[in-house]
Amino acid sequence: MVEQKLNVTLLTGRTIEQGVGKEKGKVSKEYFDACSMCYMDADDMKKLGIKNNTNILVSTPDGSVVLRAVRYPRSATPGLIYIPYGPWANAVCSDKTTSIGMPSFKGTPAEVEPTPDKQVLTIEKLLMKEFGR
Amino acid sequence: MVVVNSVSCPICGCLCDDIEITVENNEVVKVKNGCAICESKFLGYRGEHRVKTPLMRKGGKLVPVSMDEAVHAAAEVLANSTYPILYGWSSTSSEAQRIGVELAEEIGGVLDNTSTVCHGPSILGMQEVGIPTCTLGQIRHRADLIIYWGCDPWSAHPRHLERYTSFTEGRFEKSEWKAYMQKLKSQAGQKKLESAQKSGFVKFRPHVHAKSCIANGVPQTLSKEGRKLVVIDVRKTMTAQMADYFVQVEPNKDYELMQALRALVRDEELDVDQVAGVPVEYLKEVADALVNCEFGVVFFGMGLTQSAGKFRNIEVAIQLVRDLNARTKFVIMPMRGHFNVAGANIVSAWQSGYPYAVDFSHGYPRYNPGETSVVDILLRHESDAVLVVASDPVANFPREAVKHLVKNPLVVIDPHMNATSLMGDVVFPSAFVGIEVGGTAYRMDRVPLPLKKVVEPPKGIFSDEEILTKILAEVKAIKSKKTAKKAEA
Repeated sequence: MVEQKLNVTLLTGRTIEQGVGKEKGKVSKEYFDACSMCYMDADDMKKLGIKNNTNILVSTPDGSVVLRAVRYPRSATPGLIYIPYGPWANAVCSDKTTSIGMPSFKGTPAEVEPTPDKQVLTIEKLLMKEFGR
Repeated sequence: MVVVNSVSCPICGCLCDDIEITVENNEVVKVKNGCAICESKFLGYRGEHRVKTPLMRKGGKLVPVSMDEAVHAAAEVLANSTYPILYGWSSTSSEAQRIGVELAEEIGGVLDNTSTVCHGPSILGMQEVGIPTCTLGQIRHRADLIIYWGCDPWSAHPRHLERYTSFTEGRFEKSEWKAYMQKLKSQAGQKKLESAQKSGFVKFRPHVHAKSCIANGVPQTLSKEGRKLVVIDVRKTMTAQMADYFVQVEPNKDYELMQALRALVRDEELDVDQVAGVPVEYLKEVADALVNCEFGVVFFGMGLTQSAGKFRNIEVAIQLVRDLNARTKFVIMPMRGHFNVAGANIVSAWQSGYPYAVDFSHGYPRYNPGETSVVDILLRHESDAVLVVASDPVANFPREAVKHLVKNPLVVIDPHMNATSLMGDVVFPSAFVGIEVGGTAYRMDRVPLPLKKVVEPPKGIFSDEEILTKILAEVKAIKSKKTAKKAEA
């Protein structure tokens, strides 16, 4: 049965594409392609009835962002989603520093739902939407 | 055409110093020995996105201005603020970082570097229990057990394995590269066989799996000869694919797994079947490998510092290494991200006594991460000006923190037009450290290395150090004028 929403654990981190993209420039196409995506488990994608490169909405108590879902190629990671570091990831990351200065970038709860009709925002549009500049 | 040898790569904490750069007409045309990120930087740094003149926000838009106007505006912002933040510092030279400390003291600001959202918890862990560590050269030549815990060097430090650990030819330990290639070939053969079986070309062949992952069964690879590579992570990363043994831990449960390993290393029995999703019988195999190695090393990354437990994870990781040192030789090292983030900690500690989150607002340095760390200050809406040097907090801080950051007058010094520059009020283009300007940087094992200047910067582009020196001089001038006026009054 296809589900409307899925509860997952959100991880953010590095990918080699994100590294190459950031050195090319934060407004480059490479950076956009590398960071405005979200790795998901193949079975979780089936549960939501979505295919590779379908847009999804990732929501947390701290915000929500539209991203491109990509099947994680290397192993099963049921219940995990992984967003490369960048402004898209930070739109949903927890800012709880637990009194030591470090926000909780990994291992926080999130919700995923398919939004094939919504567009992934470019860095300029995302910043404009989030911060008005 | 000129070939420059032994160039240090100004990207990650590996600080590879064997890069060969070919320069033609003051442009880098070829990069040898570098990884994908290195090539992207050296060949793409002159890209269209580069800021080429100082910019100031006028009428809501960033417009080009003269250097003098920008320096004066930046100095006015900083000199007139009561609680400014000076953030970034990890992608510039230690020479520029030193000026940053002086500027922070002069304006009574908070000096914080990117380790606050990176290995800050590691520093807190080290301050609790100390750290047994060594240089990467020792690991290269002697380590026979390599553990990567919560890090994926293939993605973030692409040449780490090749230069310092499993795939390097050390004096006493051999490279595992050939064995890894053979493993890859056998896996490819296995895949072909499976697809032939699926399509019906092959009727029956018994399955023979390389048992390198817990999902595939009890590990056998840990008893192999030579260097062993163990990866512990919440997902199977590229590095985990290369590993002799991969332990998949449940998210946020690294602390439990490490405490369980500590118990096993001390020959204590565990009365549970599994810990953090890992069966205890597999953990016993890992504990055996830890105890039986001659020289082991744990590299750890954001998987430990950014998930539940944070600095307590690091503390217990160091304690595990301490326990292991009663049985064999073991060291531990954080996988530092930016090429000079270790330098930012060292320069800050050398000058102020503290490695990051240093508050000069009382007239003397104070350090209390959680209170004086930049994300907390932003979340409490306390700062009234921000200077960002060689960093991109708008892209890398949580949203609520950035919301306050962009309300402050924002001065940015960076070679790139990044998310923070787009939000800036005064933006300085700077020369690329390690390409257009030399300096000193500290590798992840705290070995200082020289950065080379391989090409000339474009006309009118200054280094971070020069820009900061100009701003500092202007701040001093503004403050002395103010003092003189007060004295007159």
